[in-house]
Amino acid sequence: MKCVVDFEKCTGLGICESLAPEFFEVNDDGDLLLLKEDITDAELQEVEEAVAGCPTEALSIER
Amino acid sequence: MAVADPSCRLVVVGASLAGLRAVEAARKAGFEGEIVLIGKEDHLPYDRPPLSKAFLGVADESGVLPEPTYFRTEETLRDELDVDVRLGVAATGLDTVGRTVHLGAETVRYDLLVIATGAHPRLIPGAEGLDGVYPLRTLDDSLAVRAKLEEGARTVVIGAGFIGSEVASTARKRGLDATIIEALPTPLVRATGRDMGAAIASLHEKNGTALRCGAGVASIEGNGKVERVVLDDGTVVEADLVVVGIGVVPSVDWLAGSGLMLDNGIVCDENLWTGVPGVYAAGDVASWVNPTLGQRQRMENWTAAAEQGAAAARNALDPENAKPYGTVPYFWSDWYDVRIQFVGSPEADEVLLVDGDPDEGKRWVALYRRGDRLIGALTVNGQTEIMKYRVMIMKGAGWAEALEFADKRRAAHAEKLAAAGVS
Ligand SMILES: Cc1cc2nc3c(=O)[nH]c(=O)nc-3n(C[C@H](O)[C@H](O)[C@H](O)COP(=O)(O)OP(=O)(O)OC[C@H]3O[C@@H](n4cnc5c(N)ncnc54)[C@H](O)[C@@H]3O)c2cc1C
Ligand code: SF4
Repeated sequence: MKCVVDFEKCTGLGICESLAPEFFEVNDDGDLLLLKEDITDAELQEVEEAVAGCPTEALSIER
Repeated sequence: MAVADPSCRLVVVGASLAGLRAVEAARKAGFEGEIVLIGKEDHLPYDRPPLSKAFLGVADESGVLPEPTYFRTEETLRDELDVDVRLGVAATGLDTVGRTVHLGAETVRYDLLVIATGAHPRLIPGAEGLDGVYPLRTLDDSLAVRAKLEEGARTVVIGAGFIGSEVASTARKRGLDATIIEALPTPLVRATGRDMGAAIASLHEKNGTALRCGAGVASIEGNGKVERVVLDDGTVVEADLVVVGIGVVPSVDWLAGSGLMLDNGIVCDENLWTGVPGVYAAGDVASWVNPTLGQRQRMENWTAAAEQGAAAARNALDPENAKPYGTVPYFWSDWYDVRIQFVGSPEADEVLLVDGDPDEGKRWVALYRRGDRLIGALTVNGQTEIMKYRVMIMKGAGWAEALEFADKRRAAHAEKLAAAGVS
């Protein structure tokens, strides 16, 4: 499974970072960095929470 | 368990963020029963934060003004989610014994009910019917405000809260005159504490918005359309547009006499349960016990509304395995070229600036201490800092640990600036 960011939609609000900090980090300029793409089963839940928490619906999981 | 029972009917009142998330979470949990979604507005569920931000902006090169953000199409709601959507219909009463919601003369039976009627703006009496005076809560409000901005309106905002400040900032971006009138001596005290409220408010003066604090409004005057706002001390401010941003009240009028406990919203436990069988609440209307911070709260922010909507539906469907909803509250606001972000609670014993300087720069970080625990964090243009503190608050981090972390971050930031050749 892979985590996908639609950078057109993302506004750098960072909710994803607080829910799954190993995957997401917002930088000084307010841009989102995807720290890693591949999701293990153990990590799935937190990435799902980040997907649901993103106010701009910029995140998705490719299965 | 209700999930597996196709004869069970879930009714959701309030077709906005929390209501939509309740519907989606129910389907995601495998609920196969009927879902009825009732909303007072004529619009499909749409996103509110842009209404005081990007949506008020100017047209693009091809002359097209920003479009509203609808969360889902009607087809998705009806066909994919299999929801009976009733828009333009207000719930007028609730019978918790007969388990029905009243829509005027009509009644709708429920087995499970999620109430997500949100909040509505406080108004200033006496200004009704005057063209050019609006609150800002709905898409229709925002369209009316934008039409006036397009005409080049001299803008007066009453109330220096986040929404009013965003409107003033958009007016300035359009090159229009903007004045904010605030009754309290310092704005945003309830949201961010006194020192930080003053620091953030100083952004207005720096960007050419006049801010008058400690000023009461005596009257809003005009002939058919608004012409001026008169303050208590007799000062007259000319205006073509007046945006009233003096806060919201939870939309619970329709629940009078229902037996639900109402006190600054619908009183719920930590599972968002109202104490009445099958009835849950979510979003701006819900007052619940937040186990993460250990206090009763009612939120008025996007993240909590979205998450509570989903949590309330899940708990309604499976009350035996109900999970408390806990969160470190988060909100953001965009003014001028600045992003303000806050996590946690502003009710603190101490507020400490740990990076930057509000007097000088456009970037700073402040931490909030309660007892010996980190309870809140505020950043202004600190996008890369804020969520690290949200994680710390979630984990219950101590104050000493937070300060140590802040030291490291400050050093790292200074190093980065030095490397980039900025002093
Ligand atoms: C202009 C603006 C800017 C904002 N900016 C931000 C921001 O930057 N960051 C942030 O975190 N939050 C922001 N918010 C707050 C955020 O939008 C709200 O917290 C969120 O919308 C709450 O969702 P809700 O579903 O609980 O309630 P609401 O969105 O208020 O929806 C409630 C719905 O229920 C309907 N309703 C009410 N009574 C009845 C009834 N009796 N019968 C049927 N339907 C009824 C209402 O018409 C409404 O459509 C902003 C809000 C506004 C208005
Ligand atoms: S939560 Fe969404 S908008 Fe915010 S940074 Fe993450 S992907 Fe971007």
